[in-house]
Amino acid sequence: MDVTVKILRYNPEVSEESSWESYQVTAEPTDRVLDALHKVKWDLDGSLTFRRSCAHGVCGSDAMRINGKNRLACKTLLKDVNPSQPITVEPIKGLPVLKDLVVDMEPFFAAYRSVMPFLVTTGNEPTRERIQSQADRDRFDDTTKCILCAACTTSCPVYWSDGQYFGPQAIVGAHRFIFDSRDEGGDQRLEILNDKEGVWRCRTTFNCTEACPRGIEVTKAIQEVKRALIFRR
Amino acid sequence: MILQTLYQQCIKHNVEFYNEFYVLDLLMTEGRPAGVVAYELATGEIHVFNAKSVILATGGYGKVFRTTSNAHTLTGDGMGIVARRGLPLEDMEFFQFHPTGLAGLGVLLSEAARGEGGVLRNSENERFMERYAPVMKDLASRDVVARAMSMEVREGRGAGPDKAYVYLDLTHLPKEQIDAKLPDITEFARTYLGVEPYTEMIPVFPTAHYAMGGVPTNIKGEALSDNHTVVPGLYAAGEVACVSVHGANRLGTNSLLDINVFGRRAGIYAAEHAATVEYADLPENPEGNVVAMVEAMRDAGGSERVAAVRQELQATMDINAQVFRTEGSLKQALSDIEGLKARYANVSVQDKGRRFNTDLLEAIELGFLLELAEIMVTSALARQESRGGHFREDYPTRDDVNFMRHTMAYRQEDGSIRLDYKPVVETRYKPMERKY
Repeated sequence: MDVTVKILRYNPEVSEESSWESYQVTAEPTDRVLDALHKVKWDLDGSLTFRRSCAHGVCGSDAMRINGKNRLACKTLLKDVNPSQPITVEPIKGLPVLKDLVVDMEPFFAAYRSVMPFLVTTGNEPTRERIQSQADRDRFDDTTKCILCAACTTSCPVYWSDGQYFGPQAIVGAHRFIFDSRDEGGDQRLEILNDKEGVWRCRTTFNCTEACPRGIEVTKAIQEVKRALIFRR
Repeated sequence: MILQTLYQQCIKHNVEFYNEFYVLDLLMTEGRPAGVVAYELATGEIHVFNAKSVILATGGYGKVFRTTSNAHTLTGDGMGIVARRGLPLEDMEFFQFHPTGLAGLGVLLSEAARGEGGVLRNSENERFMERYAPVMKDLASRDVVARAMSMEVREGRGAGPDKAYVYLDLTHLPKEQIDAKLPDITEFARTYLGVEPYTEMIPVFPTAHYAMGGVPTNIKGEALSDNHTVVPGLYAAGEVACVSVHGANRLGTNSLLDINVFGRRAGIYAAEHAATVEYADLPENPEGNVVAMVEAMRDAGGSERVAAVRQELQATMDINAQVFRTEGSLKQALSDIEGLKARYANVSVQDKGRRFNTDLLEAIELGFLLELAEIMVTSALARQESRGGHFREDYPTRDDVNFMRHTMAYRQEDGSIRLDYKPVVETRYKPMERKY
């Protein structure tokens, strides 16, 4: 079938303005949006620029706005985005666009780094692995699935308008350790997220949960962090 | 989870990252590394890193094949850079094809599917592995299963409209077991093929998965410049390296040895080395090679397209150098690669800019792919026997008298490849032929 892909192009070496360009490609309904982008890049216009690596939803590098929703291009099949109409592709919102679909991820990673996303323990270093029950492991299983693609954070209206808010992903990253029975840094992380730009900015619009390509219940995780802050004493 | 934890520990320890910097050259001074030259994708700038120790951790080169589980970025740059510096690559003919790639896509479905009781079936619904490996059946080693699947397709018992694949059948497993143990597998099947694994069989075909070969290293992760000599300060770990714990055929999960055991060792010894030596002097005009390569590619005005040359390379490798190889098929691959190299000299990129020029980067990566494919095929042509992941239909048996040895391939100044060999070291376990 013939598909029209309408892409928001931006190249500051050429123009400070972004503009929509349309491309026609021949593709199968079961092809990924990423395949259609590759057809454009490889056969029509080599200057089209986007990130991608694993191409099956594991590396998290090709989050983009497809028909107005944040998705991974490699996990979205053409048949699922109404290919009879032009498919729009834009960079994810809320991060500076560098070129075409490539955004500056540094503010996003900085927010992640700020919540101490690593196991914190004090003393009594074990000589073998730290044992944990299945139930304790299950407590935070959902938030271990995060692949740092930024689909959630850049779907959040508060993140778009604010500029200081940690964003859903950083809270997910904190949740993964706050609810880990082996970890001892929970109070520090909760204090970080108790900031005025922390969890309280969340307005539970559920955009993040809808956007997550890994099916993480992001909003629920944020609410659990809020509850932990309220009930911790 | 390992990758996540590694990144989290790097954050904890304030490791400095140079994201999206692509190393394109290794600087060598008097037989040891003086550093690397990297291309910064965001700006197009070329940077020289002066270093006492260099660890290559660039992964494999599965993108020489069309059907592969590997990421688009796995173009073997680390191996290619080393080869261009005249250092050897070991056992490059040994490449692992994983049996259960999603048909047509190559996306990996873990061995766990068969570990949990999944079985392979052909178009006649026959559990065909019972014929090929009566005892181990579907859990025979990856090369045996991959060849059996290919043979079923070749003999007309493939399924689907083009009879091009076989089925992975999980339908007899309880839903709860599938959900608990195989979540990724079911998600991939549903997302990409629209197949419901509870009730439908999943189309699968072997997919290029793992390079057993690579930069020869010793058990400290130190790279070697010949059969014995250490390159002081140069280390390699992971798929880019060939410490050869896998021999000719890696077993499932054992890549963790390359990553966790030898990655750790390489790190420890690289740090020790850096603490005891001075920087090697940088050669004159250290970035010269890379600047010339990048600028020549940016300015090139040839008529060939990078994607077309790459697709033809991947096609010939899938047809001629996959699970079944013969002298004829390998010579065909070699002659195709020769032709593609000539066309590569005439490629041009459309993006002439400096910022995030992935068009240019793909062109440079294709250069590495072509050279590594040539080394793989040349090594495979010389190995006139079958062993592990390397199967020659014209020499279907293992020949320990002539070939119980490692291949060492050297890319010479003129671009030709010289093959040498290294004896196999026998320690506690004597290498024996695998029999089922």
